[in-house]
This record gives sequence, C-alpha cells and structure tokens, in this order.
Amino acid sequence: MNGAVPLWVEAVVAVLLVASGIASLVAATGMIRLRGLFLRMHAPALAGTFGAWAVAIASVVYFSALEGYPVLHTLAIPLLLAVTLPFTTVLLARAALFRKRQDGANMPPPLSRG
Amino acid sequence: MTPLLSIAVFATLSCYAIAMALGVVRLLRGPGAEDRVLALDFLYVNGMLVLMLLGIRYASGMVFEAALLIALASCVASAALAKFLLRGEVIE
Repeated sequence: MNGAVPLWVEAVVAVLLVASGIASLVAATGMIRLRGLFLRMHAPALAGTFGAWAVAIASVVYFSALEGYPVLHTLAIPLLLAVTLPFTTVLLARAALFRKRQDGANMPPPLSRG
Repeated sequence: MTPLLSIAVFATLSCYAIAMALGVVRLLRGPGAEDRVLALDFLYVNGMLVLMLLGIRYASGMVFEAALLIALASCVASAALAKFLLRGEVIE
C-alpha cells in the first residue's frame, strides 16, 4: 500500500458512488409512489442491480489503485445478488398472486377468450 | 482521503439514508404483507450498499465479508417469508 491515489481515480470513484446513491434514491421513490404491489415490485431492482454494480466497481477501482494490483473479490457481491434477487422476487410475486386469487380477485385477467 | 472523495461519500450516504427512511415508511404503512416483505428486502440491499461504501471510506477489506453475509441473509429471509406467505409454514 503506497497510500496515495491519483486524482482521476478518485473522480471516477466519486462519480460511481454518487450514481449508486441516486439509483437507490430513485428505487425508494418508486417504491413509495407506484400504485399496487405488482408495479411496486419493479422499483427495488434498480438498487439491487445498478446500485450494487456501481459501488462494487468503485470499490474495485479504488482498492486496485490503492494496493497497486487488481482487487476483484468485491465483484462477488453483485454477482451473488444477480443470482438471488430474481429468485426471491419471483417467489414473492407468486405468493402475492396466490393470495390475491385466494381472496377471490380475478388476476391477472385471462388473455384469450374461451 | 481527499475532500472530493469525502464529499462524494457523504452525499452517497445521505442518499442511502433517505432511501432507507422511505423504505421504512413503506414497511410500516404497506397495505399488504407482501409490501412489507418487499420493503424489508430493499432495506437489506441498502444496508449492504452502506457497508460496501464504508469499506471504501475506511479503506478496509474487512467489511466485504459482512456485506456478503448480509446479501446471503437477505436471500434466505425473503425466500422464507415468501414461502410462509404462500403455504402458511416455512418447513413442511
């Protein structure tokens, strides 16, 4: 570790971090403002994909510049999220659909007649 | 840590804090149980992002394992809650 990071590396890291924060904020706003569960379910994916990737790439860039060799293990986190988040989201959507149907709602309406 | 990076870290932490506050609003107010599970999952992801950001701020590789564990716990917790909503019990 030599303790000094070039300015352009810090600029790249800062831009990636702020982009991740804005993505998370947009996701939260969508989760507050969208109507209905099935619309709302789309919003948090922004934090889980764009936000996590941006922070992980910022961490890779910063630690690689700090240590002097490629530090790639942080990329395991968004890769793990890419495997687990769709799984839980689909499971939750199916649970919601099952419960709404059990309550007597006709959803989603059939696409074809007869 | 130069002023540029420390300002960026502060701005990002503020964004995460506001996002988590909005998530808590949805968690407390969500009309159905599924909304609350969704908000809980969002809070998990945001907490993990905060940990990764603090890892950059303090130049420490230790928090990486904690972030990975939070990601795993988020998956397990949401899957178990969805299963509970679906069937009324987690392990049959």
